[in-house]
Amino acid sequence: MYDFLWLVPTLPFLGFLILALFGKKLGKTLSAFVGVGSIGIAALITILIGIRFLSSPPEGDAFVQTLWTWIAVDRFNVNIALHLDALSLVFTFVITFVGFWIHLYSVEYMADDESFSRFFAYMNLFVGAMLLLVLGDNLLLLYLGWEGVGLCSYLLIGFWYKDSANGYAARKAFIVTRVGDAAMAIGLFLLFYSFGTLNIEQILTQAPQTWSVGNNLAVIATLLLLGGAVGKSAQLPLQVWLPDAMAGPTPTSALIHAATMVTAGVYLIARMHGIYELAPVSMLVVAIVGAATLLVAGFAGITQVDIKRVLAYSTISQIGYMFLALGVGAWSAAIFHFMIHAFFKALLFLGAGAIILAQHHEQNMFKMGGLAKALPVTFWTFLIGSGSLAALPLVTAGFYSKDAIIWFAWSGEGGNIYLWAAAVFGAFITAFYTFRMVFVTFFGQQKIDVSHFPKWTIHVPLIVLAFFALFGGFIELPGTMGHFTLFSDFMKSALPAIEETAHENVSLEYFSQILTAVLALVSIYLAYVLYLKKQQIVTNFTDTSFGKGLQQFFLSGLGFDWLYERLFIRPYVWIARTNKRDFIDLFYVFLPWMSRQFHYAFSYTQSGKVRRYILGIALGAVVSITIVVIL
Amino acid sequence: MSSISLNTGLVIASILFFLGFLGVMIRRNILFMLISVEIMLNAAGLAFIFAGARYNAPDGQVMFIFILTMAAAEVAVGLALLIQVYQKFKTLDSDAASNMRG
Repeated sequence: MYDFLWLVPTLPFLGFLILALFGKKLGKTLSAFVGVGSIGIAALITILIGIRFLSSPPEGDAFVQTLWTWIAVDRFNVNIALHLDALSLVFTFVITFVGFWIHLYSVEYMADDESFSRFFAYMNLFVGAMLLLVLGDNLLLLYLGWEGVGLCSYLLIGFWYKDSANGYAARKAFIVTRVGDAAMAIGLFLLFYSFGTLNIEQILTQAPQTWSVGNNLAVIATLLLLGGAVGKSAQLPLQVWLPDAMAGPTPTSALIHAATMVTAGVYLIARMHGIYELAPVSMLVVAIVGAATLLVAGFAGITQVDIKRVLAYSTISQIGYMFLALGVGAWSAAIFHFMIHAFFKALLFLGAGAIILAQHHEQNMFKMGGLAKALPVTFWTFLIGSGSLAALPLVTAGFYSKDAIIWFAWSGEGGNIYLWAAAVFGAFITAFYTFRMVFVTFFGQQKIDVSHFPKWTIHVPLIVLAFFALFGGFIELPGTMGHFTLFSDFMKSALPAIEETAHENVSLEYFSQILTAVLALVSIYLAYVLYLKKQQIVTNFTDTSFGKGLQQFFLSGLGFDWLYERLFIRPYVWIARTNKRDFIDLFYVFLPWMSRQFHYAFSYTQSGKVRRYILGIALGAVVSITIVVIL
Repeated sequence: MSSISLNTGLVIASILFFLGFLGVMIRRNILFMLISVEIMLNAAGLAFIFAGARYNAPDGQVMFIFILTMAAAEVAVGLALLIQVYQKFKTLDSDAASNMRG
């Protein structure tokens, strides 16, 4: 079964090729079959491989399939090789499985779009690039997938390119992530310089022998890699592109947020955990970035009015939790939250897409309302997704994954009470803005007629994802509740288990869990009061000048766009303006100018008059004969 | 057969050669340029004959026959070109055919 691994990334690429070359001729039905089918078969193969992996793990808990040699120059050897271990298996599963449902959903969502096959071509390429990223056994192949994902996000965010605002959002996403990618590329050079190889396994085994804990090079390399991860995963300070990325079609957002793209940073750090462990400083930075991001994005999420932007900020915040978990060394908790997050975030985006489709493409939540009756399936599945995002205690998967992170933020080896407090407070905010969204959208007065009732292609993905968002959490239960650790046992072969410093203290763990549970319920009640019962309180507050300023500040994502505009964009534009005739270019302009002058001079001698030529020959003969005679 | 010294012969040949060369350079009429080229060829032939006679070697005469053959072929091509030029430009002025200047 393992030998079919190569098909997993190949099928989406094949689907992309077919759709890109013959998309127009295929028509919508066939395009949908190719686009959805390629991911579906890939998902099926992944599940079969996964079953095989669980029942009889390969030797050394990892399977490597070398397809061919990509580059071989002196000592620099790079293979096109796929590496499957527990970590990449989880990612591959989520990418293909969640990706498949998103593709199926897109068939209905994009049904009326004229660029139907182009959409599926991009989506397939996106999935293929992401699979290459997680399956690559060396950093160069990973980087290829990394850049491919960046390209596809650009193509899909700017999918409706006729509106220039979408093009702007696409360029913004591309350029902002490029900043991180540059850092990551330098990090890769540094790793190659230190180890002479880009093979991930080799680097991870050599690193502890070459570098001692706290080595400067290790710190620099990990921080540079973190730069790449921060850009791709939309973490502080490069988080500004993700809210604008909502310009793309909604299934794209689901794909970017759940299965591909933004989780790449989490994967990179988890994959390179061996060198992060050698740099405790970098680990702390990762944790702080995560904690800061989850708070900043949470605050921004409270005031958004666009339903997709709420979800965008919630993604940034949830990825912040994953970074926090990575930073404190809770590797498997981060991956667990990634998986659960993929289920409920895909569900929420697809639900939001169904709502937007039903409301004449209106995205402002406050213009909607009362949709619970009109769209029952969407409502219930959306409610499950929201409950999971808000970590509704005991019943939802999100509770178990987030609870683990919150607890490890305190008890993990890199954890402390401040990180824990930030995580708890973040959970409180998350529950608040999530249910603010639910109450505003589904309850109260219906304001817009429902224009589109979803069919089975939308309902089935919603129900399947809702199932996983509800029950996916039971494969990993905390120490206080049965201590059932199926997932982290599985991850143990790829990622080191967490060393808890305060594990014996069961009462503390109970305290942490009960506190987060109570806070989540309180904040849901708060949202219920403020946005359903007594909206007057909110409007009274926002009418005061302080309230209005605060609302504006949060609405703009805590002013990061404003800051970057003044800090980077304006100086850059100023330099570009003043240096219009690029002074470095002057030398290069001089070279062609000079050769053109020579050209004019010599072309003058080509008069076309035979007598002149003969004169030339004569003079030449005289000169050469003279030289011969004299010398 | 009274002999003319090799020196005198070569001088005569050189004078003939330069006359021809001058003709090629200053004439504009292609026909006369062609004739001048013939004169140059014959000057070279003359030099061979003188040298052959001086050293009693037949090579000089052989070379002259070669030059004669080559000159005949050259004239055939040259005259054909000349007719073409005349048909195209209605003149034999070589400067008229300077279209191909750089």
